[in-house]
Amino acid sequence: MLKKAPYIALGVAVLLALIALKLPNRAAAQFKLAVGSLFLPLFGVVSSSQHLMSKAGDTFVSRADLVDQNEQLRHENQELKFQSMRSAELERENGRLRQQLGFLRQSPWKLLPAHVIARDPANWWRQVWIDRGRRDGLRADRPVLAADGLVGRLAEVAETRSRVVLLGDPACRVPALVPEIRELGVVSSGGNALDSSLLTLGYLSKSDQLKAGQLVVTSGLSTLFPSGIHIGHIVDVHAVDFGLYFEARVKLLVNLNSLEEVWVMLP
Amino acid sequence: MGDAAMSALTPILILAVALLAVFFEASFDAPRRWLGAQVDLLPGLMVYVSLSSNLLMVLAFALVSGFALDSLSANPPGATVLPLLVLGALMQRFRHLLLSGEIYAQWLLGLGASAGVPLCTVLLLMALGGAPLVSWGSVWQWLVMAAVGSVLTPLYFLVFDQLRWMFGYRPVQETSFRPDREIARGRN
Repeated sequence: MLKKAPYIALGVAVLLALIALKLPNRAAAQFKLAVGSLFLPLFGVVSSSQHLMSKAGDTFVSRADLVDQNEQLRHENQELKFQSMRSAELERENGRLRQQLGFLRQSPWKLLPAHVIARDPANWWRQVWIDRGRRDGLRADRPVLAADGLVGRLAEVAETRSRVVLLGDPACRVPALVPEIRELGVVSSGGNALDSSLLTLGYLSKSDQLKAGQLVVTSGLSTLFPSGIHIGHIVDVHAVDFGLYFEARVKLLVNLNSLEEVWVMLP
Repeated sequence: MGDAAMSALTPILILAVALLAVFFEASFDAPRRWLGAQVDLLPGLMVYVSLSSNLLMVLAFALVSGFALDSLSANPPGATVLPLLVLGALMQRFRHLLLSGEIYAQWLLGLGASAGVPLCTVLLLMALGGAPLVSWGSVWQWLVMAAVGSVLTPLYFLVFDQLRWMFGYRPVQETSFRPDREIARGRN
């Protein structure tokens, strides 16, 4: 009996793994969040040490550098103020016209900043963890942005952290638009495991008008992503299924490999 | 390196290292930026555990590290546990046939384990209906994982054997002095 004990333990372990694999989605997500909470203290330690290191680094910046930076930021700030004034005027005009046409008024985006604290350790998914969760008012499927454009969407939300599915992951497909020619398509994984910056824009019909360098934005034809968020630029176009429709390769505006800070769009 | 040499500290140490390895893989992105692939530290560690501990320790390592990795990944829970369990149980079963003290054997076992575990995980995910991101670029990632894992495995043996020697129970040194063989010198 004692000789058989290790084999019984092996059987129990295999059974446990099989049960875990067959858990329903909701239970599996809760199980993963519970096990993942083991790492919360470690993430906290890393985040505090990074904060301390950046503070320590700040003390060594020379005064001349700071003055230069300050001057540059002042110029940038003035430019942005002019742009903001112009945008506000355009927004007012847009609002008036929408009202005259009887369209619903578009609400401004509410954004919450978040830090990337971890990445998916597996090479076959493109996902990251951020340090904001249900406590901060986040819910699943909210869009996630960076300063340059769309990053992905929230897949799982825990109390203090959330999992973000990045563009290029098989689980993240975005309805998109090429505004220059009003052509609709769907941005999905480029199928390249090594290069995360190239995605595929599929289901296109106007191949002759599509050109390299054209901007691709979200189309708003889904409940998840509002329209007008920048995604990337077209690199090239090719025919698929004997010319039945066309696909374009899209170069992302956001560098997903060096994501540190992102913004989550709140409802 | 047998079971007798295991102190109570060793299982705790190994499980703590498993969790730290998973945390390292999730937090430190440098290998992905430099080599285009995140390295997998767990198969090499499993080689060490299976050749130096008993089956229960192998099971504990596979369950703890596998579920921990899956919790930070989009894998369904258990997807990493099963390949690690199979690898560990097989090596533990046939460990008397393996020259575990030889660096070349450790390197070769590390290579096989680091190549086999990710492959089995991806096949398992596909069998379960998942759609992991697999392309020709994945071959490069697989080679990087196997190569780095094979180099790290002899290092695990070196470091952990040293730690076990430092913190483990040491055999009592017997002196050559035997009282029954003492020659009594005296005047009578």
